[in-house]
Amino acid sequence: MTAVPPFQSAPKKASIFSPELMQNAVRASFSKLSPRDQARNPVMFVVYVGTILTAYLTVANLVTGKPWGYELAVTLLLLLTVLFANFAEGLAEARGKAQAASLRSAREDVKARRLVDGCEEIVAGTQLKRDDLVVVEAGEMIPADGEIVEGLASVDESAITGESAPVIREAGTDHSGVTGGTKVLSDRIVIKITSGAGESFLDRMIALVEGASRQKTPNEIALSILLSGLTLIFLLAVVTLYPFTVYAGAPASAVTLIALLVCLIPTTIGGLLPAIGIAGMDRALQANIIAKSGKAVEVAGDVDVLLLDKTGTITIGNRLATKFYPLPGVTEQALAHAALLSSLADPTPEGKSIVALARQGGVDAPEPEGAVFVEFTAQTRMSGVDFGTTSIRKGAGSRIAALAQERGGSVIPELALITDEVSRGGATPLTVIQNDRILGVVALSDIIKPGIRERFAELHRMGLKTVMITGDNPLTAEAIAKEAGVDSFLAEATPEDKMEMIKQEQQAGKLVAMMGDGTNDAPALAQADVGLAMNSGTQAAKEAGNMVDLDSDPTKLLEVVEIGKGLLITRGALTTFSIANDVAKYFAILPALFVTAYPQLSVLNVMKLHSPTSAVLSAVIFNALIIPVLIPLALRGVPYKPMSAAALLSRNLLVYGLGGLIVPFVAIKVLDLLITPLMS
Amino acid sequence: MSAAFLQFALLLAIMTALVVPVGNWLYTVFAGERHTAPERLTYALIGINADERMGWQRYGLVMVMSNLVMLLLAYLLIRLQGLLPWNPAGLSSQSPDLAWNTVVSFLTNTNWQAYSGEQSLSYFSQMAVITTFMFTSAATGFAGAAAFMRGLAGKNGADLGNFWVDFTRIIYRVFLPICFVLALVFVWQGMPQTLNPYATATTLEGATQTIALGPVASLESIKHIGTNGGGFFSMNAAHPFENPTPLTNALHILSMLLLPSSLTYAFGRLISNTRQGWVIFGGMLVMFVGFLLTLYSFEQAGNPILSKLGAEQTISATQAGGNMEGKEVRFGIAQTALFATTTTAATTGSVDSMHDSYTGMGGFVPMLQMMLNNVFGGKGVGFINFVQYLILSVFIAGLMVGRTPEFLGKKIEAREIKLVMLAVLAHPLSILGFTALAVALPEPLKSLNNSGPHGFSEILYAYTSGTANNGSAFAGLSANTPFYNLTIGLAMLVGRYLTLLPMLAVAGLLASKRRVPLSSGTLPTDTLLFGALSVFIILIVGALTFLPALTLGPVADHLQMVYP
Amino acid sequence: MTLPDPFYREKITTAQTATPLPRLLLSALLAALLFTVLCGLVYPLLTTAVAGALFPSQAGGSLIVQGGRTVGSAVLGQNFTAPNYLHGRPSMTNKTDGSGPAPYNAENSGASNWGATNPKLHDSVQQQLAAFRKENGLSDVAPVPIDAVTASASGLDPDVSLATALLQVNRIAQARGLQPAEVEQVIRSHLINRQLGVLGEARVNVLSVNLALDALQ
Repeated sequence: MTAVPPFQSAPKKASIFSPELMQNAVRASFSKLSPRDQARNPVMFVVYVGTILTAYLTVANLVTGKPWGYELAVTLLLLLTVLFANFAEGLAEARGKAQAASLRSAREDVKARRLVDGCEEIVAGTQLKRDDLVVVEAGEMIPADGEIVEGLASVDESAITGESAPVIREAGTDHSGVTGGTKVLSDRIVIKITSGAGESFLDRMIALVEGASRQKTPNEIALSILLSGLTLIFLLAVVTLYPFTVYAGAPASAVTLIALLVCLIPTTIGGLLPAIGIAGMDRALQANIIAKSGKAVEVAGDVDVLLLDKTGTITIGNRLATKFYPLPGVTEQALAHAALLSSLADPTPEGKSIVALARQGGVDAPEPEGAVFVEFTAQTRMSGVDFGTTSIRKGAGSRIAALAQERGGSVIPELALITDEVSRGGATPLTVIQNDRILGVVALSDIIKPGIRERFAELHRMGLKTVMITGDNPLTAEAIAKEAGVDSFLAEATPEDKMEMIKQEQQAGKLVAMMGDGTNDAPALAQADVGLAMNSGTQAAKEAGNMVDLDSDPTKLLEVVEIGKGLLITRGALTTFSIANDVAKYFAILPALFVTAYPQLSVLNVMKLHSPTSAVLSAVIFNALIIPVLIPLALRGVPYKPMSAAALLSRNLLVYGLGGLIVPFVAIKVLDLLITPLMS
Repeated sequence: MSAAFLQFALLLAIMTALVVPVGNWLYTVFAGERHTAPERLTYALIGINADERMGWQRYGLVMVMSNLVMLLLAYLLIRLQGLLPWNPAGLSSQSPDLAWNTVVSFLTNTNWQAYSGEQSLSYFSQMAVITTFMFTSAATGFAGAAAFMRGLAGKNGADLGNFWVDFTRIIYRVFLPICFVLALVFVWQGMPQTLNPYATATTLEGATQTIALGPVASLESIKHIGTNGGGFFSMNAAHPFENPTPLTNALHILSMLLLPSSLTYAFGRLISNTRQGWVIFGGMLVMFVGFLLTLYSFEQAGNPILSKLGAEQTISATQAGGNMEGKEVRFGIAQTALFATTTTAATTGSVDSMHDSYTGMGGFVPMLQMMLNNVFGGKGVGFINFVQYLILSVFIAGLMVGRTPEFLGKKIEAREIKLVMLAVLAHPLSILGFTALAVALPEPLKSLNNSGPHGFSEILYAYTSGTANNGSAFAGLSANTPFYNLTIGLAMLVGRYLTLLPMLAVAGLLASKRRVPLSSGTLPTDTLLFGALSVFIILIVGALTFLPALTLGPVADHLQMVYP
Repeated sequence: MTLPDPFYREKITTAQTATPLPRLLLSALLAALLFTVLCGLVYPLLTTAVAGALFPSQAGGSLIVQGGRTVGSAVLGQNFTAPNYLHGRPSMTNKTDGSGPAPYNAENSGASNWGATNPKLHDSVQQQLAAFRKENGLSDVAPVPIDAVTASASGLDPDVSLATALLQVNRIAQARGLQPAEVEQVIRSHLINRQLGVLGEARVNVLSVNLALDALQ
């Protein structure tokens, strides 16, 4: 990624080759040698069978007293090829498990206080079942995933998100979801458990990184078919080669034919394919995203439309007061003063920003005697302060206008003009009224996150359409959309509107990704092709989506898309590389194979390899070694650079296509030079 | 040398210039709504509903059924030749295995000829069976291509068109008019068109020369327009009656390329993206030119073994030089190379020289082109094969841009890949499988005319030609034996139907999918880069499979010639 | 991108019920018969009639008739071995019953089909070289044009290269009692240039030269 935007959570460094992971992977390389494991991967199965055959031929030669050194060397190299492929898969699995285990470790050995008929009993966290009620108080761990049904608490979720600031979780809101392994810092809450032991999202995610139970994703299946097809074709080419060489008068040795076959079939991608798939899940986990299926991650790469919530994604969460607009006949000072008084006791960021703005303009006042602060409620849709005979309110224009009329005041037309102007500028107008007189408007502006504009430009180049979802009125929405550079916006959006929009885009053949947290987001999350639910959100939302973001970070959607694309790119790049390798391998092995029959064919030995034996061995060694060499690439993934598909293709073709043609020529030649002295 | 390049450039320029007008014409044939009066009459006569819309299964079924009936009718006619009219030479019927081979060969548009025309077929059989099949098998191929293209372009998997309509229109609107005019030009240039019996001449030296004649021109025009390739005479288009002048040779070449090259443009029109059509055309042309120059340079360089004996093979003012064994003086190396490249690119299979007598690498080119079977290709099949590789390229390259691969807005998923791989696999399975069988058995090897790598090439060429539905031969192989008649017949069927039917299914599946709108994140398939990539994939996947066999055949053969 | 839908979409009818198989087979049979008559009989017979009217000579095989006697076809080669005639290329055609070689058999076209490395090709060219050098009085190492010593594809190639023709001038002149220049003049006047200036190769038609030589005397 170019220029990591500041709001992005810094990727956690996880070493690919830590000793512990290596140990596990090495163990897995051998435990995966069972035929059942091998049969899951047709390409490697051919190598596996080839190894058994060459081993048999080695032993047969040994018994009959024929030379067996070459046969043994090929056998060992083929075995090594199989082991390397197993190792790659094992390493990816081990990483994923380690990642998941660190997430899970927190909640093991946690005791839970289960409520049964109003009485508490202490049970182990792992014994909890769905729908159990548990009590958690300050200082205690939350034993399992659940939803707060009673109370409110601040929760330290740093164990899973790495974010140290505590978050507020409250029953009955869109922030009622809690995760096992996090810690309650204050208050007491009652949680309804939503997933029993072994069925939490985390457990499902762990299943996705375990080779044995892992389901292949659709694209992986398609690619497997392609690779199996290529394997069959090359099997055919090599099997028929035997009668051909008999005709030519110099029958090829079975061991060399098997070596040729293994070199030609796409073992590089075939051996790394499972690891690539698992590593995709690993990367999601690393980004603190729990995917419910591998398919979800893969689909993310295909997404055409991103529905992004304005707040938190495009703008920083809070709006700030930026300007006072007094009505005619009112001084700016008077308006600022009234606004200041109404906000002194207002704890919201908006309130605080009004105070700050007023003070900036040199207006200040102490809190009046006996002031009664009136909080914002959903019913009144305004807040303010009462002291003495003065009553100041601030709120949406329409609401304040109604209040003015109630109080016998009048609404002058200029108000509408000012409100519109403020809206058009992308700000939210907050109208201030003192008693029955409307003083003016405070502009609350959205602050576009730094770097987001560039990010959207990138997305645009990648061919993704961005849609901003906001509850703002269309004028404000349009202004912000323009400033942020999103392609389109949905203003005054209701959950139904979102749903409608998703369906429309899907009708046009597009794939839609969205993020959501509230219960009323659930249908849209389920409808979207990629539905990323925030971990802080309600259980309904988390169930409906196909991914959960533990960080509850609204920009995560972009990262998900990149992980999905990176997964597909890695597969494509290594497939291209693997296929391109065949050219050099042919030039190494074919002359070696045929030179006895037709000595003239030695002119095809363009690499000037030392002898037929050294040529075959060099090719097989290259074929085996390239797998571990590419493991880091397979696990980290080919980095996705946001650019147009055409540009991306040229770049990757150059690196992996041309590289795939050239690298083996050089490597096989070097290997030949290295092993020649060993053989003499 | 420069004269050769001038000829290449001229003919390829004419071909390219014809792509747009002929492509537009084909487009109206495939997409036009009106049925002409003769067509309506035809539909009424054979009792079909021209407005029936066929899905891929139905289209495939009707195609196979109509082909099957034609196969049986033709077999009957050939076996009963002795009882039928227009048989002035009194030729008897072919044996059952030869008749099977012959009818399958012409049914599949292969036009492999295990028989010698002037020695084996009556004028009636040449017209009623061979000429008819040249129309119908080519029309079947083009109809298949039309359905395939509709599938790629369409939105409705249940509507790949109507086989009968496509079949009839191609014959009425394309083949018959062109062939009639072309045949007259051919006669003007010296090609016979007569039902008179064989003529008897007394040569200047007093010997008797019996001259085989017949309705040659009418067969020759459809032979090349329909990329069929079966000759009227044994030596095919090398025979002066089939190819009297360099002009007829040039017209043969252009006829073979005319429809396959224009099909790319018609496709572009059908999918409303002519750029895509040009990219396919460009990919084909680049491979064609590469193969042409390879073939030309090896043949023009001549045979060093003969040079050592004192045969002069260098170009001079008074002779064209080159490896002239099995070639005709009027064509020289340049036109011969162009013809050979064309006939194996467009899977025609007619020859104006004996490929068996080429240098090793000269013979390598025709073989490789047939193995690829998508450099222009004949009667729509080459186009379908090219698209097959485009889909593979899209799949591999599409992954590299980080999206589920899409071709023409349709996602390429497991089912399509499965069918594409089946079609890709069919080719080597038939070519390598049958060749291995033939070289492993003692009996088939007795048919060889050459030994060593060249003998191997003869067998490899035979099955390659059969599978690619080409029909040309390393003619030294005595292929009229029960073994070859049977196995080459099977290879022809595999090559034809195991390509056509799976790809028709792919088209049907793709048509049923929802179209994904284009964006800058979509892999563009109508660019130079993508064209180059697909050529790369064709050469790697298509050619590498055959490289071991080619090394043991033509490559070893050539090296033995250079380093005896 | 919305695509125009070219496939007679408007005409989608209700006739979606597929025809039963027997009906289909009947249609297939009728179609096979119809197209056999149309493409296999009407088209070639019509072409024969029109071509016969427009180009009667060519349609009949470009036969050359001299004094009521057919001497050959203008486009086919014939076998020449006598010293007073220009000789064509080696021909590998066989007798019609396959019982042995019969050069320039216009009833059974054929070629050697020897590969470039085939020893038979080597031996044959060696023999042809020796024969050509001997009959034309050339030295044992004189280079001979390739077309003079290799078999054509059809076995009926009517042409030789100018180089091959010119090497025979002395022999023909001697046999006919003419000046070499006269013979060369006949040959050069029968040189056929590249068609339209570019197509094919320049060449000499053997039969037409020999007819001209005969006409000379």
